[in-house]
Amino acid sequence: MTLASDPPKEGFRLSMLIYDTRFRSITIQVVVLLLFLAGLFWLLNNAYVNLEAKGKDFNFSFLWSRAGYDIAQTLIPYTNDDTHMRALVEGLLNTLLVSILGCALATVVGTVVGVLRLSHNWLVARLMTIYVETFRNIPLLLWILLMGTILAETRPSPRDFRVTDAMREAGQAPEASMWLFDTIAVTNRGTSVAAPVFSNSLGSVVLPGNIPVSLNALALIFVMAASFYGWRLLMRRAKAVQEATGVRPTTWWQSTLILLGPVSAVSVALGLHLEYPTITRFDFEGGFQMLHSFTALLIALTVYTSAFIAEIVRAGIMAISRGQTEAAYALGLRPSRTMNLVILPQALRVIVPPLISQFLNLTKNSSLAIAVSYMDLRGTLGGITLNQTGRELECMLLMMLIYLTISLVISSVMNLYNKSIKLKER
Amino acid sequence: MSNTSFVRKDMLPPAPPPVSQTGAVKWLRENLFAGPLNSALTVLGFGFAIWLIQAATPWLLHSVWVADSQNECRAIVQERWGPDATGACWAIIRARWHQFLFGFYPIDEYWRLFVTFAGLLLAILPVLATSLPRKLLWGSVLYPLVAFWLLWGGSVWGPILTLAGFALWAGVFLALQVRLGVVVAAGVGLVAASVFWIYAVEPIETGLQSVLPLALPEVDSDQFGGFLLALVIGVTAIVISLPLGILLALGRQSDMLIVKSLSVGFIEFIRGVPLITLLFTASLLLQYFLPSDTKFDLILRVVILVTFFSAAYIAEVIRGGLAALPRGQYEAADALGLDYWQAQRLIIMPQALKISIPGIVSTFIGLFKDTTLVAFVGLMDPLKGISTAVRADIAWKGIYWEPYIFVAVIFFIFNFSMSRYSMYLERKLKRDHR
Repeated sequence: MTLASDPPKEGFRLSMLIYDTRFRSITIQVVVLLLFLAGLFWLLNNAYVNLEAKGKDFNFSFLWSRAGYDIAQTLIPYTNDDTHMRALVEGLLNTLLVSILGCALATVVGTVVGVLRLSHNWLVARLMTIYVETFRNIPLLLWILLMGTILAETRPSPRDFRVTDAMREAGQAPEASMWLFDTIAVTNRGTSVAAPVFSNSLGSVVLPGNIPVSLNALALIFVMAASFYGWRLLMRRAKAVQEATGVRPTTWWQSTLILLGPVSAVSVALGLHLEYPTITRFDFEGGFQMLHSFTALLIALTVYTSAFIAEIVRAGIMAISRGQTEAAYALGLRPSRTMNLVILPQALRVIVPPLISQFLNLTKNSSLAIAVSYMDLRGTLGGITLNQTGRELECMLLMMLIYLTISLVISSVMNLYNKSIKLKER
Repeated sequence: MSNTSFVRKDMLPPAPPPVSQTGAVKWLRENLFAGPLNSALTVLGFGFAIWLIQAATPWLLHSVWVADSQNECRAIVQERWGPDATGACWAIIRARWHQFLFGFYPIDEYWRLFVTFAGLLLAILPVLATSLPRKLLWGSVLYPLVAFWLLWGGSVWGPILTLAGFALWAGVFLALQVRLGVVVAAGVGLVAASVFWIYAVEPIETGLQSVLPLALPEVDSDQFGGFLLALVIGVTAIVISLPLGILLALGRQSDMLIVKSLSVGFIEFIRGVPLITLLFTASLLLQYFLPSDTKFDLILRVVILVTFFSAAYIAEVIRGGLAALPRGQYEAADALGLDYWQAQRLIIMPQALKISIPGIVSTFIGLFKDTTLVAFVGLMDPLKGISTAVRADIAWKGIYWEPYIFVAVIFFIFNFSMSRYSMYLERKLKRDHR
């Protein structure tokens, strides 16, 4: 009779690190880590040796020296006596400005195009398909250059807008005219838009870092926020009444009063009015002056991204099955309520994540501002500052770090949102 | 009783439907004028289309194809169609098409470009059309080295020895794979191939070259430009970034902590910065991070960074595909006794890649469009680099529309066909219940 004996106990042998699948993954990880560290060390060592050879050091003190160059569009006060740091902030603000405006406009245009592409209207659906395919399949750089060219080459010069006395007597109209009740003038030099201004000023406070903030604007924003809060309260009360009694009280006139009343009162008190651009000897004055570099970049980013957003919106709406609409109708919901309560909440779950990644793309694409010389972050920090100080390493690393921070902030917001709308599965 | 009730004996012929329910009228009612809003949209859209056509048609109709300068174009248009007429001046394309397509590649060597492009089509064919014999794929695998040799010229032995290195890698891998596992075998193979490339290639190449000198005239990277450059960068990056992206996606899903965190770090860093900063890194920063005597071709540097860029995006797309697979697929593969790489190759990847096709192709389209950004590091892309170079000629100084339209049309054709192919592929691979 034979007894089954235990297999001989194997001790640990070195070869098991490679042959035994239990230990192989550890070996692989250690080797990968060592290779990574060695590569990193090699790169840093090279950088050290090369900097030494060029007689350069690695520090960021240049950020506090005088910049000495001008920036055409500034959101906070800046002169060429300010530091490179200040120029960096100007660039960053310009990047954020064009990105935020671009995201907002692209969302509006993209939603309209996406919905119209689903329309039963044959002509409109075809036109929107052409829109989407054209803007999506041609490089953004071309749209930026093209918009810059269109604005600079095909628009009349400011001189053509002027009405001289001789022309007035002869009853002649000028060669070019402003648009939208004289609020917008697009010349070959720039765009002038009528701006809201106050005739009575409450003065302004200067924040640390020499950033003036108009108290009028602050007051207006405060009143708006307060009215909005009041309106929310009113809505909540109406909802409570509806849940208790089943009858929703009429609130439209109260809503209108709360939302518009205080704001109009404050506006009138502060003398809010539009300042129209007027033609002077050489150029338009008054109102907002927008540079063509900004306008071209904004329009190009908007149309390009809106084509992608249109596809996202279309896919989101198509992802909701018809049964949902039919079920809502069967419950007796009106079409508008079906849209608000049934379709949109489900479609948004599909739409929002890719939408936010488009926002991210738009923000990163705004660095193409270099094509029209718009002074964004890359134009200031990665452009003139880099060339003047010759500190490629510091400038590029700092710029990457800033873009990376913006991206990570946006994507963590997206992750939070995803988590909040995730289907609760068991 | 007389016959009081009347019963019809034969059927009446069916009456024709009302006019509003048939033919063109019905179509118009349903598709263009279904309601007030719809009718308004139709009128608006129709007006817009008419406006666009009447604005563009005269300009296109008055095209001039033969002229030596923009002023001559204008003179011809005004002579033919009156003093106020405007017309397109396609003469610039006729005169400079070769620069838009090939940059400053020497004209005597154009045959190489034609051969390369024909080869590209032949190499792509077996990849795109699955009905062709699978053995043709070996041709596609060999094509990149042939193309490299044709485009840059130089001795034929360099590419052949590079190929020998790859063969060595594959041989070592196949010999060791069973005993050591996929990763270790591939690593050992890479080490062997690298040693061969670094130490053996140059002496052997010199020796072979002296015995049998087979070489094409060398072409410098500066002379590349136009769509040649866009295609070189785009195709190379597309071909390399797909496998790299798959590896990164697997690394991100991996159980190994270090591999996972390195993959995540790489992907998030690359996706977080604009491509343009990476290109500037290629042109400005690499000189700091590499030994000071390295001479590193600018096109190669740009290709590497563009590849990294699209690999990170592809990794995310494929991760989405992997996440969409039900867990049961992994478990079924385990139950069949497949190891990790077999399971990936036979079960997971075919399904995950199929799901990710639209995303992968749109990443490729984005990559191809982004090749225009190389203009900012001084390369001659078709859009900005070449257009600027052409406009530097006094004869074509102020000409904007025609080059832009020409370049836009070519980009559109490439990208549109890529997206249509991806839709075809999606339909063909669809396996769900209908």
